[in-house]
Amino acid sequence: MPIEVLMPALSPTMTEGKLAKWLKKEGDSVKSGEVLAEIETDKATMEVEAVDEGRIGKILIAEGTDNVAVNTPIAVLLEEGEDASALTAAPAPAPAPAPVAAPVAAPVAVEAPVSAPTVPAAPVAEADAEEEKFFAKTTKRTVREALRDAMAEEMRRDDKVFVMGEEVAQYQGAYKVTQGLLQEFGDARVIDTPITEIGFAGLGVGASFKGLRPVVEFMTFNFAMQAIDHIINSAAKTLYMSGGQMGSPIVFRGPNGAAARVGAQHSQCYASWYAHCPGLKVIAPWSAADAKGLLKAAIRDPNPVVFLENEILYGQSFEVPDDEEFVLPIGKAKIERKGKDVTITAFSIMVGHALAAAEILAQEGIDAEVINLRTIRPLDTATIVNSVKKTNRLVSVEEGWPFAGIGSEMAALMMEEAFDYLDAPVIRVAGVDVPMPYAANLEKLALPQVDDIVKAAKRACYR
Amino acid sequence: MAASRRRPKAQTESAPAQAVSSEELLHYYREMLLIRRFEEKAGQLYGMGLIGGFCHLYIGQEAVVVGIQSALNEGDSVITSYRDHGHMLACGMDAKGVMAELTGRRGGYSHGKGGSMHMFSREKNFYGGHGIVGGQVPLGTGLAFAHKYLKDGGISAVYCGDGAINQGQVYESFNMAALWKLPVLFVIENNKYAMGTSQERASAGELHQRGASYGIPGYQVNGMDVLEVKAAADQWVNYIREGNGPVILEMKTYRYRGHSMSDPAKYRTKEEVEKMRSESDPIDQLKAKLLAGGHADEDKLKEIDREVKAIVIESAEFAQQSPEPDASELWTDVLL
Repeated sequence: MPIEVLMPALSPTMTEGKLAKWLKKEGDSVKSGEVLAEIETDKATMEVEAVDEGRIGKILIAEGTDNVAVNTPIAVLLEEGEDASALTAAPAPAPAPAPVAAPVAAPVAVEAPVSAPTVPAAPVAEADAEEEKFFAKTTKRTVREALRDAMAEEMRRDDKVFVMGEEVAQYQGAYKVTQGLLQEFGDARVIDTPITEIGFAGLGVGASFKGLRPVVEFMTFNFAMQAIDHIINSAAKTLYMSGGQMGSPIVFRGPNGAAARVGAQHSQCYASWYAHCPGLKVIAPWSAADAKGLLKAAIRDPNPVVFLENEILYGQSFEVPDDEEFVLPIGKAKIERKGKDVTITAFSIMVGHALAAAEILAQEGIDAEVINLRTIRPLDTATIVNSVKKTNRLVSVEEGWPFAGIGSEMAALMMEEAFDYLDAPVIRVAGVDVPMPYAANLEKLALPQVDDIVKAAKRACYR
Repeated sequence: MAASRRRPKAQTESAPAQAVSSEELLHYYREMLLIRRFEEKAGQLYGMGLIGGFCHLYIGQEAVVVGIQSALNEGDSVITSYRDHGHMLACGMDAKGVMAELTGRRGGYSHGKGGSMHMFSREKNFYGGHGIVGGQVPLGTGLAFAHKYLKDGGISAVYCGDGAINQGQVYESFNMAALWKLPVLFVIENNKYAMGTSQERASAGELHQRGASYGIPGYQVNGMDVLEVKAAADQWVNYIREGNGPVILEMKTYRYRGHSMSDPAKYRTKEEVEKMRSESDPIDQLKAKLLAGGHADEDKLKEIDREVKAIVIESAEFAQQSPEPDASELWTDVLL
């Protein structure tokens, strides 16, 4: 039987890629381990190696083809003794299978409508007028590009800004967020560090004491647990401990929360950890516009900022204002969708889930208001409380664990500031209280899904 | 004993003391005495309940910071751990502000919000005052990074103890400092005891060689002799300032008091302490040299004693008279 060569997934979150180049042509014989083709994703170029031996019977996807879904057959390999006639027996090239078939596709990404490669510009339901005017002229950018642009613009604006972290320079970023920065700014300002999280986090804080403005990238926030002493004890507390004499103008950024199928030690949301600590600002953007406007604000801010990104969002596109002075205020939430029946708060990737849930709820006659928190600390309590005064119901959504989580804070906030307005108990939609499992089905069960939000909102509305 | 093949010609250990002027010698004497008297007073105020919490005294180690600081320039950065009162005084910070911080008063360097372990002075380039053992080492390496980035010619002096030297982040710092040739002097103040654990029980190998695999030159210095400290610092500070990267100086020193005020120090004998005090005291040694070398007479030294005593008494009075911070200060300086 001819063997199908499938489009491989090169990373846990890859759903599609470009077939950049064929290194073998039809009729060529291949040995296992030989490079067949080159595949490009938004992160990297990788080689596809043959697993089986044989002869290329037919190339199904021409080189230069974009958006080839993972698991699409890209060629057919003939085994010894087979000839081209066997090809007719081979199945016709299937259309790109739904991502759900991809063994490595993220269950979250699959379930939620936001996993589409592009989503519409962040809908401006009740955007601040100030913010809205920037949206007159926009360009579609991925979250990844928006983050890079924010850093590049701020580095051009202030020569005290520098970027440091593992693989940020020559490798162009482990997730390609710092792509091109080394080329533009040189190795004095875009600095590859050894794998030494507590060391470079502390070094960055020390440099910030002297007035530099480091942007410290953690390859993921999971690794920042090695460095958390400097984030809290050195960065967050120094202004207070020095009686206001000196602080730490530093940004710690990187992907936070679950990616896809990377297991317990690489899938954790740190929002409530950092949000617990006075002296820090904690930001968790959703859209590319959020990412750009808030990262620029974070770099300009004189305080230490923990900037929690999301790997699955990196490749998603949104409209981003062209104006370089588009800077979003820290501490201000955004009402992404106006509604009157129930308030749903969310941050980072969960904003997309919440909006998807709101669409489903709308079909059932429930008009949900969705608040994108954007900043976790300081929390925009006014926007949340005002919304609940109108809807009388609150559902809090987060990917992290429920105990002492952001949802717990929301519940406390409602008790303290909106008790008389509540018509239903606050409902927390959170990650399941277990270390992240690896198995695809279990991982999906562990993370909040759109349907969980729909159910929670209905419960809040006694429906 | 050298940890590196690169080594300037002069030998650290045999640096000649006679090159130092009388004026300089008297300056060291005054500085060390100020620290000694200040710390004795702090111990006294602690006993009276005027200073709370942790209070780590520097008595016995004065020659280290005075010798190193004398070799630095204005604009160089200094950072240390929680045994920091001596460093602040040696950086030229006002004794009143330091003592008032110990008593938690408004007139303290951190307005009473930092305490013994957390004081800073932007003006004097003193960057703390850090309470997590070893935490100041990457921070100080970052100060050196900033000097290099800003091309301001400054270096960073990073002090840590023989306890901190076993923290992993110290080696992360050594690695980056050597890799990027950062202008940093790592000073290990080896007072033989990490709280109650002696160096023998905690540390394998020689501390000054801990940078060897990174190619960082490392030397052991008699930290009870301010002139030896100064000579070593002079030599290596220049080496660092010329862009050759970091250096480690291990200062063999001794603290007379416990780890903190609440430590009875039963892990060592009275005889051991007494022997160090009587045979190696940095102030007594310098005093003898001053008199023997004709740099000063008893009257001159008494005058310095009186002057130092006056500063300390004034600081103690200020520290008691300065009001506690206003309750509103609870909420200030959290964020800018």
